[in-house]
Amino acid sequence: MPDSIQMRVTRYTPGDSAPTVADYDVPLRQDWSVLDGLNHIKDNLDGSLSYRWSCRMGICGSCGMNVQGTPKLTCGTFLSDYAPGPVRVEPLTNFPIVRDLVVDIDDFMEKLPKVKPWIVRNDEAGALIDREYLQTPEELEEYKQFSNCINCMLCYAACPVYGLDEDFIGPAAIALAERYDLDTRDRGRRERLDVLIEREGVWGCTFVGECTRVCPKHVDPAGAIQRYKLEAAKESVMAVLLPRGAL
Amino acid sequence: MIKRRLAPFQWLLFSGGGVMAAVFLPILVVLFALAIPLGLVHPDYGYLHAIFSFWLTRLVVLGLFVLMLFHWAHRFKYTLIDGLRLAHAVETPLGVVCYGAAILGSVAVLLVVLTV
Amino acid sequence: MSAPATYRQPVSRLWWLKKPTYLLFMLRELTCVFVAWSVVFLTMFVYAIGRGEAAYRRFLDWAASPVVVVVNLVALAFLVLHTVTWFALTPKAAVVRAPRAGRRVVATKMVYVAGKVRPAATVIQVGGRVPGAAVIAAQYVGLVVVSVFIAWLVLR
Repeated sequence: MPDSIQMRVTRYTPGDSAPTVADYDVPLRQDWSVLDGLNHIKDNLDGSLSYRWSCRMGICGSCGMNVQGTPKLTCGTFLSDYAPGPVRVEPLTNFPIVRDLVVDIDDFMEKLPKVKPWIVRNDEAGALIDREYLQTPEELEEYKQFSNCINCMLCYAACPVYGLDEDFIGPAAIALAERYDLDTRDRGRRERLDVLIEREGVWGCTFVGECTRVCPKHVDPAGAIQRYKLEAAKESVMAVLLPRGAL
Repeated sequence: MIKRRLAPFQWLLFSGGGVMAAVFLPILVVLFALAIPLGLVHPDYGYLHAIFSFWLTRLVVLGLFVLMLFHWAHRFKYTLIDGLRLAHAVETPLGVVCYGAAILGSVAVLLVVLTV
Repeated sequence: MSAPATYRQPVSRLWWLKKPTYLLFMLRELTCVFVAWSVVFLTMFVYAIGRGEAAYRRFLDWAASPVVVVVNLVALAFLVLHTVTWFALTPKAAVVRAPRAGRRVVATKMVYVAGKVRPAATVIQVGGRVPGAAVIAAQYVGLVVVSVFIAWLVLR
């Protein structure tokens, strides 16, 4: 194994007309992640490099970037996999670049609350619940996969529809809506369906499936979206077939 | 009460047509577009005419072909918009064109099926 | 404080050429064109049948011409792509349940016996979900049944 690898990193300062690329040679160590490489650059080569990271163990979702064209968590992606290099590190696709490798995630932050990603109950207003909501292991299994989402937004970077249609609510938001719809403690299905039945909800998805391929936590947002489409279709048919107010 | 939207029904038609196309079209194309014209098999004309003029065949052919046309309309609209990067505003008129073509095609299939 | 001057990354018009999975997706979407063509061709076939044997023979001659045969061969290839991708994706949209399906081990109890850690396996039956592979296989069975029936009907 050679002892260094070149990292081609996107640089952008607000006010520039376009991003540029800067090359850095970093040590190539067996156990170094791309994030380790970026930290080496910032600590030793170029302190002006800006990027997000936090837990460095694949759970906080902060360090998403494009590595060699594919959205990845840089803390879980190893430099040695790209030897002899060079390896391109770019900001996540489909998001506006704020600075260097930092992207503006406001769009996602606005869209996520629209699906009410929390337990919705319509218990008596102000009632203090004096017991737990019980749930069996089987009931947990139903939604557990979708609860693994860490909001890293790699799926948004991978999704061509999100890149083409800025109104599309996106894979993670729909996967999280499904997580709560499938949770037996939740009563918010109708409210979430009201949001996702619109054009910018599930219908923009053409099942490319790239979101599921890049998800580092194996959430399968594509599967969640198709299931949601089927549910929305079933409920729409029922609404036509059954008399008004029957349910 | 759930919101009344057209999209779920369009998706159901698309799905129904997709299933029918996946299951029925391969054999139909192998038989009627390749094997019979190329002379690999020789079903009797009178027999084929009898099959296609049978009321159940007419009904099944009509149902299958209409669903498949609507499958095309839905998928083709999105393919054009995503593949050519068309603007949002185009979606509704393009939908009218695609679904309109599917409706016209369905009428043509109906006429053919009635007069065979 | 005003918002920073962010840079909007442009999306290429040929985005679907950038990754093999995107290209396969686009080819899959384009199968719908050949679905429509097949409906048109088959409708023409039925129409020819309805116009008498002479018209039918003329139609078959046209259908046997090289250009039409090539188009239909290409169409068949795309139809096979449609079938294969459609069957593979159905389990994602429709989660099929059956009471006895989906048995799997989700927890194993380990015990410490005579200085060694041994599994004392606990099988927890969870989900009742039919595995995707079974749903896919069932669809292929359906395809074969339908194809055999239609071939028998036409060729007997």
